[in-house]
Amino acid sequence: MRVLRRVMRTPSGCFAVGVFALVAGAALVSLVWLPQDPNAASASRLWLPPGAEHWLGTDGSGRDIASRIIAGSRVSLGVALGTGVLASIIGFALALPGGLGNRPVREIVAVSIDVLVAFPTILLAIMLTAVFGSGIPIVIVSLGVAFGVSIGRVLRAELRQVAGADFVLAARVAGLSKFRILVRHLIPSVRPVFVVQLTLSMGTAVLAEASLSYLGFGAPKAIPSWGVMLAETQRYISIYPATVLWPGLAITLLVLAFFLFGDALRDALDVRDPADETAEVTP
Amino acid sequence: MNHLRDTAHESGAVSLEVENLRVAFGDTEIIHGVSFSLAAGERLGIIGGSGSGKTITALAIAGLLPAEARVSGSVRMNGQELIGLSDRELSPIRGERIAMVFQEPKTALSPFRKLGKQMTAALHLHYRLSRSERREAALRLARQVGLKDPERMVRAYPHEVSGGQRQRAAIAAAVSASPGLLLADEPTSALDTTVQRGILTLFTEITENNSCSLICITHDIAVVNKVADRVLVFADGGIVEQGTVQEILERPQHTITQSLIAAAGGAS
Repeated sequence: MRVLRRVMRTPSGCFAVGVFALVAGAALVSLVWLPQDPNAASASRLWLPPGAEHWLGTDGSGRDIASRIIAGSRVSLGVALGTGVLASIIGFALALPGGLGNRPVREIVAVSIDVLVAFPTILLAIMLTAVFGSGIPIVIVSLGVAFGVSIGRVLRAELRQVAGADFVLAARVAGLSKFRILVRHLIPSVRPVFVVQLTLSMGTAVLAEASLSYLGFGAPKAIPSWGVMLAETQRYISIYPATVLWPGLAITLLVLAFFLFGDALRDALDVRDPADETAEVTP
Repeated sequence: MNHLRDTAHESGAVSLEVENLRVAFGDTEIIHGVSFSLAAGERLGIIGGSGSGKTITALAIAGLLPAEARVSGSVRMNGQELIGLSDRELSPIRGERIAMVFQEPKTALSPFRKLGKQMTAALHLHYRLSRSERREAALRLARQVGLKDPERMVRAYPHEVSGGQRQRAAIAAAVSASPGLLLADEPTSALDTTVQRGILTLFTEITENNSCSLICITHDIAVVNKVADRVLVFADGGIVEQGTVQEILERPQHTITQSLIAAAGGAS
């Protein structure tokens, strides 16, 4: 709570929390109520401009854009959260042995990470889709693996550096167990870097879901998703720019919110004075 | 003195017997068979240039060398062999019997924890204090190591206080559980001379009050002169000369010792 208050003290933190509240609220509301059926197509109301009945107008199949945006928040939020959880698990699973293990373990992990980083996300998504068919879980797994590896790569180096710090040695001489040192000293030290990486991954996951859906490896057509909406309307951008604008705006706001939230959270978690790191030793 | 100290089992200075200690990384041997002894309550200075192996020796005694290091020989504390013990077996010994103070006060404390918490970490680990006992202990330790305004200090983060204050806090953390042996690795090298003097006086006080043995590692002969009774001179991973401070200062035999004394420029 104290951390959230500190996040809210910055304008960008406020903005991010506001966007999250809006998107999460929309996702929750969409479970019980939507202005219109987001999948109801009708040839009698194609490309309608915004109005009282269709707040943001309709698309080329006559579906209500506002309802599709609201319903689409579920996919974006679900993908962001799912990817975040999976990426954190994979990241720490790689970073802990890779940063703190003995030399052979560290080297095996380092090489594995390099191999995995080089493996294209899109290829993994295509392979998984070929085996299991397209769907949101496929998006989450492929993005979770990709971002998990890059989080692992960064955390591994951070942990390795912190593990050699004097205060960790001091904690060992004080008789603290390895587990306690991990919880009390190592995790808090890598936490600012971790939250930035995590929120960056979650924001990028929202974008990537849109790209994968656009390419046909993401959400099935029956589930409204911002990426699918973009894919369906982009051909008509010069004629009906507003229909592309709405999903594009929603994606941009949510991605931006994740990025800004990460920075605000890092600053809130880092008790150190930013000027201190470069400061000379004061007597 | 206080209820915490009274509960300490077999508190008091410990003796140390180091015999033919060897440390190797891969095929390279860094410490070539070091032997010395430390009587209970004695204050020993270890002096030598950088790369002479003095820090590695201290880390070997505390069992802090990385897993890659091969350590052989014997380190006995009050007769108990320490070499070959696992971290788990060393855990009750550390903090309670051995403590260590490091060179760089900037990195010796976690930047993310308040000083009061860090000063009492070892104490809390060994004696399970309540919140108020812990606060009280932090204040007492802060006063003991001469931190001014202890109320503010125990609530401050390391970056909010000066280097000298951080080093005092680090010393407080090290001595909190009344160790029988304090290892200090260049404890004053990162501090300016006026602050140095205060810290060295603090070491003398602690070793006298807590009846604690001290090994102080330094490249500065003046530091040894201030805190130690006896000196070991290290060079190239071995002891080249030893004796009382007076003997070494007045009749240095080895060229290394002579150059270290010359480097101090008559500061002693």
